[in-house]
Amino acid sequence: MIVITVIFAYLGLVLIVGTVSHKFFRGTGEDYFVASRTIGPFVLLMSLFGTNMTAFSILGASGEAYHRGIGVFALMASSTALIAPCVFFFVGTRLWAIGKRHGYFTQVQYFRERWDSNGLGLLLFVVIVALIVPYLLIGVMGGGITLHQITKGQIPQWLGGLLVCAVVFIYVCYGGVRGTAWANTFQTLVFMTLGGATFFIIVHKMGGLSASLAKAAPDLLIQKVHIKPLELLTYTCIPLSVGMFPHIFMHWLTAKSAGTFRYPVMLYPICVAIVWIPSVLLGILGSVDVPGLKGPEANSVLVQMIQRHAPGALAGLLGAGVFAAIMSSLDSQSLSIGSMFTHDIVRYYRFRPESTKTEMSEKGQVLVGRLFVFGILCLTYLLSLVLNRSIFKLAVWSFTGFASLFPIVLAALFWKRSTKYGAFASVISVVVLWIYFFIQGWQAPGYTVGGTGIMPVAIILGVSAVVMIIGSLISKPPDPTVIQKFFPSEVKTADS
Amino acid sequence: MRKTSSRWILYIALVVLFLFHNDFWFWDSPRMVLRLPIGLLYHIGYCVAAAVLMALTINHAWPSHLQDEDTDE
Repeated sequence: MIVITVIFAYLGLVLIVGTVSHKFFRGTGEDYFVASRTIGPFVLLMSLFGTNMTAFSILGASGEAYHRGIGVFALMASSTALIAPCVFFFVGTRLWAIGKRHGYFTQVQYFRERWDSNGLGLLLFVVIVALIVPYLLIGVMGGGITLHQITKGQIPQWLGGLLVCAVVFIYVCYGGVRGTAWANTFQTLVFMTLGGATFFIIVHKMGGLSASLAKAAPDLLIQKVHIKPLELLTYTCIPLSVGMFPHIFMHWLTAKSAGTFRYPVMLYPICVAIVWIPSVLLGILGSVDVPGLKGPEANSVLVQMIQRHAPGALAGLLGAGVFAAIMSSLDSQSLSIGSMFTHDIVRYYRFRPESTKTEMSEKGQVLVGRLFVFGILCLTYLLSLVLNRSIFKLAVWSFTGFASLFPIVLAALFWKRSTKYGAFASVISVVVLWIYFFIQGWQAPGYTVGGTGIMPVAIILGVSAVVMIIGSLISKPPDPTVIQKFFPSEVKTADS
Repeated sequence: MRKTSSRWILYIALVVLFLFHNDFWFWDSPRMVLRLPIGLLYHIGYCVAAAVLMALTINHAWPSHLQDEDTDE
């Protein structure tokens, strides 16, 4: 009972933080979706990090380390520690500048105008929404698993998932992206602190780190047995997904200035290490403490260990840390999808200024955004009731799709000669190959291309890049006015 | 000139650090250092190296057009 009380108290706190931000709400669509571009460096770091670290990094990482050992840290954490800040630096800052200059809210708005193509915008919209659903799912599933386990089954999994969705909906609906950023900051601090506390408490109860690691199977303490060299190499493509995540794009746009990105770029790798070291080590120790878990059952190893070693109020607090990680992603993801539906579909197709004289009111934008957040959370919740997959693998398939779209954003930002035909061909190649590999690998645990260790993402990404280049080169060069719009400084330099 | 060269050095350093991610030298080493498996400790160090390099990059290779955007504020 005390566990439930603590978790409900935590959820209440999150609601308070999220809804207090409503006092600063200016009543405009720009404020609801990008916080009027006023977010400072600390909140930007916390919201980018909190958004990117989800049930995947806490439950998924420990569950995967349970089966595959220390190599999981190399596969996802250290590669993310380098690649994600590089993407923030080279891509995020530029997208922020373009978004601010042209008043964008979503990626689709940018790509649509960058290549002057409505069709491309619509295609990208469909692909991005389809890819984000599995990512949303892992949050809802993670919430359900956590609450079910930590309350010893008193709260069923379906109710846990429902609770997560309800809390997220309330503060996203009320506070918009500012509420989301504030709640993310609070929750990121909570899960970083409580994650560390969980680690030290459990390790202490198990007799210390050296003693407990000595009991682990030796194959979990080296990389060779469970990870192929090519798998490690090609896994480094996965973190490129941050360049195409709609929720990361949304948070980039909230930055107050380009300089706001400096601290997030610099401190992101440290934050990654702080969260992933305990997750991976606890997963390995879990194989000693809670042996015999098969496949996706290992997703719950961390919660089972908390339950075993830190009962009572402490379990509630530690469970709240897991909840914090889950909700800090779910909120941004659902809001970004709400923003896309509002701007890229409803506002664009029904209220285009050139076809009608009526622009959607600010109040209308906010209302539609809220309705879509509600819709997407309902859909995700219903899907979570019928699916039972490994959180790690579910997320990796979602990341594979987003990472494979990375050449699109790279070409848009850095290659003036890129065309809409190249972009079309690239997106279609991603869709076709992703479906192909998904069918091949969905039922096969540890699937790599032909058993070589090569992750499907490397193949899809490579093909997508090549197709982008060839498609652009064989099609007509883009209109000079479009180039001038998106590369003004270079045109200015050439003129002078 | 000096700024451009330091920028390229840092960009190359990022590529080199990327290559060092594939730590085949600790691939099957069971050694424990600082109470941690060496393979894990290496990658923790890697995260720290990434933070240091990113700090250098933002200080010495911050894109000039972004400085213009900030000045426009």
